[in-house]
Amino acid sequence: MPASHRTRHALRYLPVLPAVVLLLVFLAGPVLWAFHASLTNAGLTGRHARNPDWVGLENYQRLFQDPVFPLSLALTLLFVAGSAILGQNVLGLALAVLMRRARPVVSATVGTAVVAAWVLPEIVAAFAAYAFFSRDGTLNQLLGSVGVAGTDWLYAVPMAAVVLANVWRGTAFSMLVYRSALGGVPGELTEAAQMDGAGAWQRLALITLPVIRGSIATNLMLVTLQTLAVFTLIWVMTGGGPATGSTTLPVLAYQEAFKFGDIGYGTAVASVLILIGAVFGAVYLRLLREQRP
Amino acid sequence: MTTPHKRVRSTWADVVLLLVGACFLLPLLWLFLASVDPAAGHAVKVPGRPGLDNFAAVLTPELLFRPLWNSLLLSVGTGVVTLTAAVLAAYPLSRYRSRFNTPFMYGILFGTCLPITAIMVPVYGLFVQLRLLDSLPATVLFLAATSLPMAIWMTKNFMDSVPLALEEAAWVDGASRLAGLRSIVLPLMGPGLGVVFIFVFIQAWGNFFVPFVLLLSEGSQPAAVSIFSFFGQHGAVAYGQLAAFSILYSVPVLALYAVVSRGSGNALALSGAVRG
Repeated sequence: MPASHRTRHALRYLPVLPAVVLLLVFLAGPVLWAFHASLTNAGLTGRHARNPDWVGLENYQRLFQDPVFPLSLALTLLFVAGSAILGQNVLGLALAVLMRRARPVVSATVGTAVVAAWVLPEIVAAFAAYAFFSRDGTLNQLLGSVGVAGTDWLYAVPMAAVVLANVWRGTAFSMLVYRSALGGVPGELTEAAQMDGAGAWQRLALITLPVIRGSIATNLMLVTLQTLAVFTLIWVMTGGGPATGSTTLPVLAYQEAFKFGDIGYGTAVASVLILIGAVFGAVYLRLLREQRP
Repeated sequence: MTTPHKRVRSTWADVVLLLVGACFLLPLLWLFLASVDPAAGHAVKVPGRPGLDNFAAVLTPELLFRPLWNSLLLSVGTGVVTLTAAVLAAYPLSRYRSRFNTPFMYGILFGTCLPITAIMVPVYGLFVQLRLLDSLPATVLFLAATSLPMAIWMTKNFMDSVPLALEEAAWVDGASRLAGLRSIVLPLMGPGLGVVFIFVFIQAWGNFFVPFVLLLSEGSQPAAVSIFSFFGQHGAVAYGQLAAFSILYSVPVLALYAVVSRGSGNALALSGAVRG
């Protein structure tokens, strides 16, 4: 390839430049900076703010000796498994399946209710969930009306409250994904199975789910990644508490960096989170490549 | 699709769905009832003397209009920057064949997987170093960067569906690449671009954590952050006002979402976003 030809070839890609610069400066830059800063004792204020010292892997050693970190990691896994993989994913699929059997007006109405919780600004959704679970909130009123004594859910079982709130908030995404996936399942397949005497559950387990397994895998990865990053909902509902009772990794990173002013340690927590996200992201890309040879 | 006359509509599916739908509406019920109840608390109750007092109380410049104006600047700015960069980037990726395209698109997709909340601590550090804290334009650029991966991915898919032949006809008539893009490609993908813009706008409008960390002075904070400070200061006494404020702040995105989902934009966006 002659040089002038190559230059022209490169020039054609010039319009990509603004996007690349933005992504490098504001996404790749902070990620690299995070790995770097996690090896220093950078502080929010004071003399370590401007001139942090290199401390090597000290922050990571602290991380694994700190009893809060394994707890926080476990809470994050519980949050993702409970609200994304079980809650949003299964409920979303169930809603999508039911909507194909229900009357159109019913599925449209219920679909709007589910989507409304998803479209609301996250801070508003968080306030609504907070009011719902608070001591004199809607949940306790409902329980009281059937004679069950309520409790202060946000203190007694903070993780259950934020998991349920996140199911409420995010199920719409899975529901929309599965509605579009189920719409693509050929009718002849399920009809043929019905002719052969397969019941509704058998048709779902043996025909429908295998056909849409690509969408299931994609959806699982996406809801996992979205849930991994949830901060506002937990921050408003419980503030990570009581004590560290609902401190997932994003909340922990925020607290260490901004409440305790330890940017170095906070970025070490954030780096772990970024790595977890990167692993899931890599798996997700693999899945996509397999689906589209 | 199954043939319509064969599909059985079952009543129990209706009942289960309505029950689940009711559960999803319950938390929102409080929001509506409290907003019209001057004496609202956490409890759901039909207001004794319903009125618009709460709305009147929050309709002040410093409480509502300035934060909403900041939200608007932030969201429109993010939408414009994102869309411009995404269209420019999508054009060569859609129109030229190169070994560079596939790795680039997968790299972009990988970018959508980054947990944004995890990079807020380092971004804060970056903004301190560059002295960009409390700068609305810098926050816009950051928000644009976070929504760019998805926007490029969607925009490229929409652009792929505009036939090259139409553009070639314009080139024969002497139009340049840029003129072809402006007069042929962009108008044809107008609805798609609208969907991308609205999605970016809704995300920026609803984002709490990014402005919470990057915009510190009260005068530049968008509604998402000012509503949080309001809650911290007056929340315990003014639930009705909080609810009224929340509703006024939510209405624009609910309306925009309704616009997108009407023209089956919903399926359009999902197919652009998820299926690739």
